[in-house]
Amino acid sequence: MSLQPSACQTSVASGADAPPAATRAPRRWSIVTTPWLGLVLPLGVALLWELAVAVGLSSGRLVPPPSRIIVTLAELARSGELARHIGATLYRVGFGFLLGTVAGTLLGAVAGYWSLARRILDPTLQALRAIPSIAWVPLFILWLGIFEPSKIALIAVGVFFPIYLGVMGAILAVDRKIVEVGRIFRLSGVAMIRRILLPAVLPAYVVSLRAGLGLGWMFVVAAEFMGASEGLGYLLIDGQQLGKPAQIVAAIIVFALLGKATDWLVERLTAPLLRWQDSFSTTGTG
Amino acid sequence: MLVLDHVGKVYPNGVNALEGITARVMPGEIVAIIGGSGCGKSTLLRAVCGLDRATSGSIALDGEAITAPHEKIGMVFQEPRLLPWLTVEANVGFGLDRDTAAARGDKVRRALARVGLVDKATAWPRELSGGQAQRAAIARALVPRPEVLLLDEPFSALDAFTRVDLQDHLLALWEEARPTLLLVTHDVEEAVVLADRVVVLRPRPGRLFDEIRVELPRPRDRASPHFELVKHAVMSALDRSLDRVRQPADGWLTAGEGI
Repeated sequence: MSLQPSACQTSVASGADAPPAATRAPRRWSIVTTPWLGLVLPLGVALLWELAVAVGLSSGRLVPPPSRIIVTLAELARSGELARHIGATLYRVGFGFLLGTVAGTLLGAVAGYWSLARRILDPTLQALRAIPSIAWVPLFILWLGIFEPSKIALIAVGVFFPIYLGVMGAILAVDRKIVEVGRIFRLSGVAMIRRILLPAVLPAYVVSLRAGLGLGWMFVVAAEFMGASEGLGYLLIDGQQLGKPAQIVAAIIVFALLGKATDWLVERLTAPLLRWQDSFSTTGTG
Repeated sequence: MLVLDHVGKVYPNGVNALEGITARVMPGEIVAIIGGSGCGKSTLLRAVCGLDRATSGSIALDGEAITAPHEKIGMVFQEPRLLPWLTVEANVGFGLDRDTAAARGDKVRRALARVGLVDKATAWPRELSGGQAQRAAIARALVPRPEVLLLDEPFSALDAFTRVDLQDHLLALWEEARPTLLLVTHDVEEAVVLADRVVVLRPRPGRLFDEIRVELPRPRDRASPHFELVKHAVMSALDRSLDRVRQPADGWLTAGEGI
């Protein structure tokens, strides 16, 4: 199993000394095994808990065993409830993310590109950023009502700041030397933005989109805590009020899966634009 | 013809970088600018390419004042400055956006062949070695066929072997269209290998100090006694420009001319 020279060959020959072979294994082995290794702890704990409840060591009422969570999920899915809640949450995150992204990108671009606008805009936005976003909730409810608009506004605020900061910072960090190449070739303002600034900013922009999306998922829970009748956040509150811990854990798991899936989606969609970047890690090792 | 008329540059912070630079560079001439650090040689080049403006005097190419980047003037920087998100061929064709796609592809292919990077056409800049990247940068600057090519210490970041290689390469490329080359360097040998004329600047403020003609036939043998003689003349002028007199100066000053 090991390709290590000298030191490990004896242990492979003896066939019994697994630990030294594992710790000293060549790198590619550890890369292959690490993700699976990471599953051992959660799966092991889940399995132990399942057994503990099965043999009657615990009732599992407050901490439901995995089987009960799976049953809850299956029931929610069969009745169509799960799809409805997921749909409501996705709609809010999607809409809020879109608004926050558009506003963050526009203001970030203006503030990054134009120093006068930055000096006017940035201090105010930085002050607003210092306010914990949840603090806006009562005001949003007063202004926009208890239904969708206030929820979407809260999510949009959460998404806005990382994207605004990311875009502005990325534009400010564009290498002056690369801009000079554009000037030598006498690019017009529009061409300079299209051919130099946009591609230069793109990697940082993708990172800020992913950070914004992560905050969007965080704020949708807060938004759905404030009086929703559907959505995964509602499932959480409902599970708490009716004493259904399995439903809470089920909703948490769905949150995790959806958050990971949408993040993966952003990563996949933007990957073709950043091919020039990861060529470094795949081929540039020599 | 490139004409510099009493070009001066004072930076906003009051630093006097250049003063009274007057020179004429004939079409097809290769001029090396050399001098100690802070002599304003890069400042001068940036003014000629139009990236920065001189604060006094004027720069003109074929009678046309240069105040901003000009299509007849190309530039190679100390670093390759390839755009990392474009393939090598797209980088080389960067200045050809006024051509049709077919014409551009054709010019780029020929340029890549000339600099020996055909097999790297679709590679990303990150996959190139330092010498390859600088060759791509030279190709990018030469593809639009500039009348004047400015080079700001273009080989200083390369190792000695690659540097000699690229110096010969640059001369071969120059032979094809014979643009005017204005080269800033701090490498005396590089100046003598490439240039028809070596201009020595004196620092603080940057002024013309001396000029040495290099009348050696090309290709130049770096090991020949005549080459050594001219090199010595440039070095001694450089020393004197920095007030580091260690040679009887007069004998060397015209050493290159009699050859």
